[in-house]
Amino acid sequence: MKKSTFGPWLAMILGAAYFLIPLIGTLEFSMRMKRGEYSFEAYKVVLGDPRFQESFSYSVVLALVTIAIGVLLVVPTAYWVQLRLPKLRPVVEFVTLLPLVIPAIVIVFGYLRMYNSQSWLPLTDSRRGTDLLLAFGYVTLALPYMYRSVDTGLRAIDVRTLTEAAESLGAGWATILFKVIFPNIRSAILSGAFLTFAIVIGEFTFAALLDRPAFGPYLQLVGANRAYEPAALAIIAFVVTWACMGLIQVFGAARGTGSKS
Amino acid sequence: MSFIDIHGLKKSFGPVTVVHDFHLAVERGEFVSFLGPSGCGKTTILRMIAGFETATAGSIAIDGKQVAHLPPAKRDVGMVFQAYALFPNMTVAQNIAFGLRVAKKSAAEIRTRVGEMLDLIKLPDLGDRYPYQLSGGQQQRVALARAIAVKPQVLLLDEPLSALDAKIRVSLREEIRALQKDLGITTIFVTHDQEEALSMSDRIVVLNEGRAEQVGSPFEVYNFPRTRFVASFVGTLNLMTAVVVDAAAGRLTLDGRDVATAKPIVGRRAGDTVTVALRPEAVNLGDGTARSDTLPGVVEDVAFLGAVVRIRVRLDAQTVTLDTFNQPSVALPKQGEAVKLTFAREDLLVLDGDA
Ligand SMILES: Nc1ncnc2c1ncn2[C@@H]1O[C@H](COP(=O)(O)OP(=O)(O)OP(=O)(O)O)[C@@H](O)[C@H]1O
Ligand SMILES: [Mg+2]
Repeated sequence: MKKSTFGPWLAMILGAAYFLIPLIGTLEFSMRMKRGEYSFEAYKVVLGDPRFQESFSYSVVLALVTIAIGVLLVVPTAYWVQLRLPKLRPVVEFVTLLPLVIPAIVIVFGYLRMYNSQSWLPLTDSRRGTDLLLAFGYVTLALPYMYRSVDTGLRAIDVRTLTEAAESLGAGWATILFKVIFPNIRSAILSGAFLTFAIVIGEFTFAALLDRPAFGPYLQLVGANRAYEPAALAIIAFVVTWACMGLIQVFGAARGTGSKS
Repeated sequence: MSFIDIHGLKKSFGPVTVVHDFHLAVERGEFVSFLGPSGCGKTTILRMIAGFETATAGSIAIDGKQVAHLPPAKRDVGMVFQAYALFPNMTVAQNIAFGLRVAKKSAAEIRTRVGEMLDLIKLPDLGDRYPYQLSGGQQQRVALARAIAVKPQVLLLDEPLSALDAKIRVSLREEIRALQKDLGITTIFVTHDQEEALSMSDRIVVLNEGRAEQVGSPFEVYNFPRTRFVASFVGTLNLMTAVVVDAAAGRLTLDGRDVATAKPIVGRRAGDTVTVALRPEAVNLGDGTARSDTLPGVVEDVAFLGAVVRIRVRLDAQTVTLDTFNQPSVALPKQGEAVKLTFAREDLLVLDGDA
């Protein structure tokens, strides 16, 4: 008997509709800025807005800093756990999942208490300091994703034997980490990096409470005051996110040919 | 003083001791195999020599220098792993060059050495390939080249051939041995394959449950196994129990028949039950001479193995397996036929340990 494909198709269509209808609606609305015709006027306005450019580039830079800190923090940690402390893995996994459980607002208030101008490390006193604090906050937010990607990447290679092979050839830990481990989990690091990028670009709570001119608060500001531009911004943010996802796919696929052992 | 001196080596994982009081002296340029069943501690000992495990007790000296406290990178010991462990992100040439780069050799020197190594492993044209583009045998050769490119004092190989198929295994083991002799590099080779150990080694260390049961040349270990374990692990041996009648004269009874060994039986008294061993190829059909013993029996089974025919004969309570060459002109006994077995007294070995 041939199985009916009606059920699966229906589910597919319903799912697609759930995602696509609001998206198409937003897109359609964002193109109606000029009365009576479809145009990209709203996009022109948005992209031409200096505050858009500023906040967007601010967030991009912050995302890159976050990625750099995150990678340098997570890769050695995950590597060390896998190599020497496999028993600690559940604990570390639990810790990396905490940012998903604890609301961002709680984390940011914690930071503000710890690093305010009266504290032993008054990061919020200067603008640079606050930027740094924001980046650290984002590292925390992105931790679950970064850790998971990197850990998966490390599991796919024989970390222990590769490390031992390098050690017996005289290599120190820095050489092992940068010449052997990093290159072999490059695609995993990149997926983590793109996820981090997508998170940082759209983040609102941290940036707003630390009062930094990031893209998230700008989105909110425009959304509260304009009609068509927010829709255009939503579509732009969406495209950026999906571009990141697409890049993850691309690099994820490249892994198959790069590290078959 | 030997080149590698291992003294009183012990390793425990928590409450479990997996290597007990291990001693070994390896001469410069010697090829020593560790032979033993799975889980007997071969890898653990090798990893302690390489520095990947710390010994619970004991000392390891290489060329007169204590190394037990040194990290692997400082021991000047090359290692080849069962799973090849080539760096997947590097080409063959880059893999071989890795240790030389770490040692900060000049680019020209590295290029020359990598070329030499590629010639040595007979893969001169594959320098630009990535490991995943090579067969298992080729990968293992590259791993070998990578390990010896830096000219280590000692080469350690942990079952380097067991992931390969039978034919390549045989040809590669000959290559490894030839290369080792050429370079004169002191080598320890771990294997659980007795044929590999017998064919490659200067000496074999037979390991059982973390102890060295016997250390000797392939000839000694095969022909004169000292314990029941060595006898059963190296080759197929007939193991039987016998009772000592006169230790000094080497006389025993086996299934109620008188037999004798060429040498006195040391450390035993009349009435002791001992294990005796007899190689299948040392037993013949027919009547013996003055220097041999004869036992009557009944043929239980005749099996063709090609060039060799393996015949199983029941004595009284025990059975003996014997190998004869397959000669079409000579008639073989049939199942159920009464036969006489004969063997030289030199070939009957009394083993250490309890029966
Ligand atoms: N890290 C470890 N923790 C606890 N036990 C271990 C560890 N490594 C090895 N062992 C134990 O030590 C014993 C010897 O292991 P080892 O790997 O040396 O055996 P082997 O002779 O190399 O066996 P194989 O032929 O299967 O490779 C085994 O019983 C093993 O379970
Ligand atoms: Mg092993």
